[in-house]
Parts: sequence; C-alpha cells; structure tokens
Amino acid sequence: MSKVRVLVGTRKGAFVLSSDGKREQWDVSGPHFAGWEIYHVKGSPVDSNRLYASQSSGWFGQLIQRSDDGGKTWKPMDNKFVYDGIAGTHQWYDGTPHPWEFKRVWHLEPSLSDPDTVYAGVEDAALFRSADGGQSWQELSGLRGHGSGPHWQPGAGGMCLHTVILDPANPGRIFIAISSAGAFRTDDGGETWRAINRGLKSAHIPDPEAEVGHCVHHIAMHPSRPGVLFMQKHWDVMRSDNAGDSWEEVSGNLPTDFGFAIDVHAHQPETIYVVPIKSDSEHYPPDGKLRVFRSRTGGNEWEALSNGLPQRDCYVNVLRDAMAVDSLDACGVYFGTTGGQVYASSDAGDHWAPIVRDLPAVLSVEVQTLS
Amino acid sequence: MIRVLLPAHLRTLAQVSGEVKVTVDGPVTQRSVLDALEARYPMLRGTIRDHVTQQRRPFLRFFACAEDLSHEPPDAPLPEAVVTEAEPFLVIAAVAGG
Repeated sequence: MSKVRVLVGTRKGAFVLSSDGKREQWDVSGPHFAGWEIYHVKGSPVDSNRLYASQSSGWFGQLIQRSDDGGKTWKPMDNKFVYDGIAGTHQWYDGTPHPWEFKRVWHLEPSLSDPDTVYAGVEDAALFRSADGGQSWQELSGLRGHGSGPHWQPGAGGMCLHTVILDPANPGRIFIAISSAGAFRTDDGGETWRAINRGLKSAHIPDPEAEVGHCVHHIAMHPSRPGVLFMQKHWDVMRSDNAGDSWEEVSGNLPTDFGFAIDVHAHQPETIYVVPIKSDSEHYPPDGKLRVFRSRTGGNEWEALSNGLPQRDCYVNVLRDAMAVDSLDACGVYFGTTGGQVYASSDAGDHWAPIVRDLPAVLSVEVQTLS
Repeated sequence: MIRVLLPAHLRTLAQVSGEVKVTVDGPVTQRSVLDALEARYPMLRGTIRDHVTQQRRPFLRFFACAEDLSHEPPDAPLPEAVVTEAEPFLVIAAVAGG
C-alpha cells in the first residue's frame, strides 16, 4: 500500500509526518535539528530514502544534512559555499553596490536522475550543485555572470534564490527564481542563463516591465508539461506556455493576487492552487479567513476552498515553499503556516484537516509518495 | 591537551557532551585551538569561523579565565591556565533572538 511522507521545515527544526495512503492517521517525528532554522527538506525522486536538509542559524551559519534512511538518521555534509571567482557586487537596498555574501541555503532540489546530484539555491542569490551527495559544492556561476547581476536587489527577505525547477524532458534546462531579480532559465545545464520576465509588470520598480528586478515569489510546473509554468509574483498570478519566454496574468477573480505559494495538481496539469494573502504590507489572509483557491482552468477562474480551514480570526501566512502535492490517485494537497499548522487535503482541496497544529512557524513543506 | 567548552548546539552537532579536549602542537592560540577542534570534529567547520575569511562568527565570543578574548589577534597566545588545562577555552553563543 502506498504511503506518504511529508517533510516540514520550521523555524526551530524539521519534522517528518508519515501516513498510509488514506492520509487519516499521522505519525509525527521530530524535531530533527531542534532549535535550528530548517529552510527546506527534500527527497530524491529516484531514491526516496535519500533526503537533503538545509539547516542554518544566525549564530552558527549554514549546515547541510543528508539522510540515507528516509529521515531516521542524518549526517552533516559539506557546508562550504564559496562563490566562484571574484564575487562582485549587487545593489543594496539603498541602491549602492554591495558585495555578494553567502548567508544561507533556501532551497535544495535533488536531481531527477541521480540521488547524489543536488542543487542549492542560496542567499545572496546563486545556484550551487553537488555531484557527490553533498560532500562538496560548486557554483554554477554563469547565473551570477548574467550581465544584469550587478543590478539585482534584495527583497524584504533577502536576495534569495528560492525556486529551482528541473525540466524532466530536457536535462539541460533549469528554471530558477530570485527575489527580487526575477526568473531565469538555462538550456545548457547552467553554463548560460537568460532572464525570462517578459510580460511581468511590477509597479514597485522604476520600469514596471524591466528585464530584471521583479519580485517573483514562486514558480510551479507539472512534469508532464514542462513548457507550462505558473508563477505567484509579489502581486499577480502569472502563466507561461512557452517555458517562460513570455507571461500573461491569470489572477482572474482572486480576492487578492498577492501571495507566496503556488502548486499544480499531480494529475491535472491545468488545476493549480494558490493561497491569497491580503497585501505586501499585511501578510495574512483577507478577512481573517484562511482559504486555498483552486483553478481548474489554468488560471483566471478560481474557486475558494475553505472546508476544514479556519474562517475567522486567522492571521497566518503561507510561505513560498510551504505547499506541496502528493501523487496518489486522489491528489493530496498540503500546506504549512507561519502559525505552525500543517493542513492536508486528501481530495484535491475539497476538504482540509490539520495534521499538526502547534509546530514552530513553517518554512517549507515537501511530500514524498512512497510505494 | 586543551579543554574546550562548546555551546549546546555545537555539542549536539559534534555528538559530544560536556567539554572536549584537543591536542595542539606548537603555540596555543585561538587559531591553533580552533584548527585542532575542526580537525577532530570536521562537522564544526564553518560554524565558529567563516570558511573563507576565518573570521569569528559575529554572534560567537571566545572567553577564558574570565576574560573576553574575542578581539584578541587569532595568533596571540592563550592564557597559561588554558595551556595547563586549569581553565577551559570557551566558545560562547551570544544571548540574542527568541
């Protein structure tokens, strides 16, 4: 029988939530790395026992942990993230040049074909890769070498590379997103990159349609259609049907198009999920009602999903990496909140229930579907 | 042997309890003690000093013999009481955050 393993990163440790295919009874394991910020935990798609975790703290810096037994035990791996060559400068908040400085790993993306290969999206924005299971890291410096690099600026959360998407149909193609530089794509395994922000409009930058400078919050893709991308931008939900070459807005009837998380149904590539947040200055759901919105049409037409979610006095946020889906026949959808709840739906969003209610603030949620 | 007391999170990371002892060849300094510590516990590399600059992380301090040695040069000799094991070399995590 199938099982589900939900990997939760929080402000004070990692948690592993496990259930059978019914997804009704859950076993909670953790905290792992108690007291540390766990920005992201993700499993290899080709070896479900191989997990990678990003562990960090303001006191002790960055660590990378690896598990080879599905999260029962962990081993610290190499934590030396050194920019390739002269790091150079990007723009600081006040517009002055600021040296590139490594701060933390926001996102770990294991290879689709090799459990020992894993990508790390870091702050200050850069992409690193390990080909030896995390024992050493090398920067794919072509990204920072993109001519626009000196003009990138941090968002409120820092200048983070937070999204890494590997194209299952094209091993050389990788999509990444940076707050607040925008989205970029390589078609040659990371040697060269191009900005893919045409169609984005951001009122908070001098040229709202600039090549770079957009605060992209997250991007999602269905593996069966790697040319179709869905984006939650600072404001606006966007869609691309040409691998990011151009984007169109699909916010449609959402109550607000600000938000962080976005994901795609495991079996219906046109069914997408977002969690609208009131505004960039009020990071909680509108009207104190926590609602996921689902579009079955790839955007524009949205329905509110609220069954089982708090509909009054709810003022949590759902961060960019804190939503995921499983691949069981009835697609499971999961998200975590800054209030420490992890909610699950075993029917594609029609009904929700909390798996846990009182974890530390949730930073990330990933799901493994185990056979 | 040099006695070193680590903050709780680093003791957990290094899978030790209480003080650790490291052998230092040559002059006993902050640098030589930390080099010996990281050689014995490689998982601590980068957690006390920056990998590249070798600078002390901002929220950590180095104490010994009731003195704050954080701003001493890394190659300055540590107090004789540390060398003779009478006192430990303390790596202290700042009281900050929530």
